[in-house]
Amino acid sequence: MSDEEIEQFRQEISAILGYVDQLQNVDVSGLEPTNQVSGLKNVMRPDNEKSYGYTPQQLLQGAPAKENGHIKVKRMLG
Amino acid sequence: MSKWPPIVQIAQKVQAGELSAAALVAQALQAIDDKKDFNAVLATVHDRARERAKTIDARVAKGEKAGRLAGVPFIAKDNFLTFGSETTAASNILKGFEAPYQATAIEKLEAEGAICVAKANLDAFAHGTSTENSDFMVTRNPHDSTRVPGGSSGGSAAAVILELAPFALGTDTGGSIRQPASFCGAVGLKPTYGLVSRSGVVAMASSTDVIGPLARTVEDAALVLDVMAGKDELDSTTIDRDPTPYTDLKTDIKGQKIGLVKEYLGEGLDPDVKKQVLDSADAFKKAGAEVVEVSLPSLPLALACYYILVPAEVSSNLSRYDGQRYGFSHPGAVSLEDSYNLSRSHGFGKEAKRRIMIGTYVLSSGYYDAYYRKAQQLRTKLIQEFEAAFKKVDFLAGPVAPTTAFKIGENINDPLAMYLQDIYSVAVNLVGIPAVSIPAGMVKSMPVGLQLMAPQKHDRKLLAIARETEELLK
Repeated sequence: MSDEEIEQFRQEISAILGYVDQLQNVDVSGLEPTNQVSGLKNVMRPDNEKSYGYTPQQLLQGAPAKENGHIKVKRMLG
Repeated sequence: MSKWPPIVQIAQKVQAGELSAAALVAQALQAIDDKKDFNAVLATVHDRARERAKTIDARVAKGEKAGRLAGVPFIAKDNFLTFGSETTAASNILKGFEAPYQATAIEKLEAEGAICVAKANLDAFAHGTSTENSDFMVTRNPHDSTRVPGGSSGGSAAAVILELAPFALGTDTGGSIRQPASFCGAVGLKPTYGLVSRSGVVAMASSTDVIGPLARTVEDAALVLDVMAGKDELDSTTIDRDPTPYTDLKTDIKGQKIGLVKEYLGEGLDPDVKKQVLDSADAFKKAGAEVVEVSLPSLPLALACYYILVPAEVSSNLSRYDGQRYGFSHPGAVSLEDSYNLSRSHGFGKEAKRRIMIGTYVLSSGYYDAYYRKAQQLRTKLIQEFEAAFKKVDFLAGPVAPTTAFKIGENINDPLAMYLQDIYSVAVNLVGIPAVSIPAGMVKSMPVGLQLMAPQKHDRKLLAIARETEELLK
């Protein structure tokens, strides 16, 4: 990001964080955090193979670089 | 101009051989072309739609059942993965992306004979309240082309009112179906969290994202919901649906208790919009409902709560766009880390970057307790207050948005002002209840929506009262 972009974001994000800071004054003691509202717990399915009719080739079609059925990435070290 | 009959009639006529799916698809594609200056649509799915229409017409000719939505064209917000066109979520980072599979909601609609004809514009990654955050084009409000259609499902809402197709699909994470419905004069339904599978829909905030229909009438919206609803093994957050069809809308408003939300009728609400909402309350009373005022004291904090939790989830969900498996990959990258940085900084728009930064910050150590955990605790408080309110009343009512559609460009330089557009809609997403926006008149020639809310899983009852209200407000 350029310096101008960083400054623009800094101002905007400061304003947003200033707004959400309202929560600092709220008393939420004794309340459990809510992670999700579906009420569901541990939705499982049997650990069996199932075909959805897609080949690995189809699912990899969007990868920018491939080799031998693998996704190719740039080097990580050096 | 094209005028679509009620969806159930369209399907019946196609099944009876009185209307051909091919003609319906042609009508939709023509309407899309005629109204292209409104920028509601990002791409058409013309080849696939025509193929599907052929298949459906052939099935009908053989006397086979073609489905409850046989031949009915629809438009999907471009964050739904579909075959036959790109899926971009209106972001440069997904430009050129062709989905290898379709969203479950799309599969379910197609199984009943519906035909996706186009992808609707949205705020990129559904981040926004005006559709101005689209990386590609700004959709114009069908009632006034100098004004926004609302967001993030602005393209979907505009498409329905421009009559490009009988219904459209949207997503609602903080108001993104209801607010554009309100701004454009459509019916916009946000179902209970988990009622419709999110598999194959670009994830924004996984604990609040919901899929829903936009249509011209409550009956149309109810039919679309009935087809899409139900547990999906591909989305482990889906819940069991009501076994009774959502199209069973028999109800009597007499004797129902409706609570006007006090905190949604105070300062910040445009006085003309307030008048429309209170006039609707009078209509309820005349019809025999009891209308009372209900207070949910933590509501003024809901937006702050939302803008901590949602960016946190967004920062997690957007981490998958790394330029390696799909989407934009910067050609100038030398190392893997370069590839991540360049792909993401060039691919993401400003609002996505803002939300990723805010989300990462509130989840970081040292700030997690002060922001994120606190917001989750406040979420519990909101859930309790809604539960208490629903012990006193059957439904809650209020405005959808603080104003009617604002001018294009008016809020674009003030992200916080843009966020404040959702001040009356976000609490519903935090607590997971269903809500609907129905047209409730006009203010200075622009539509106003009335918001009705019901307890979790009361979608059918909500639709029933919405349909009756729709009649009353005509």
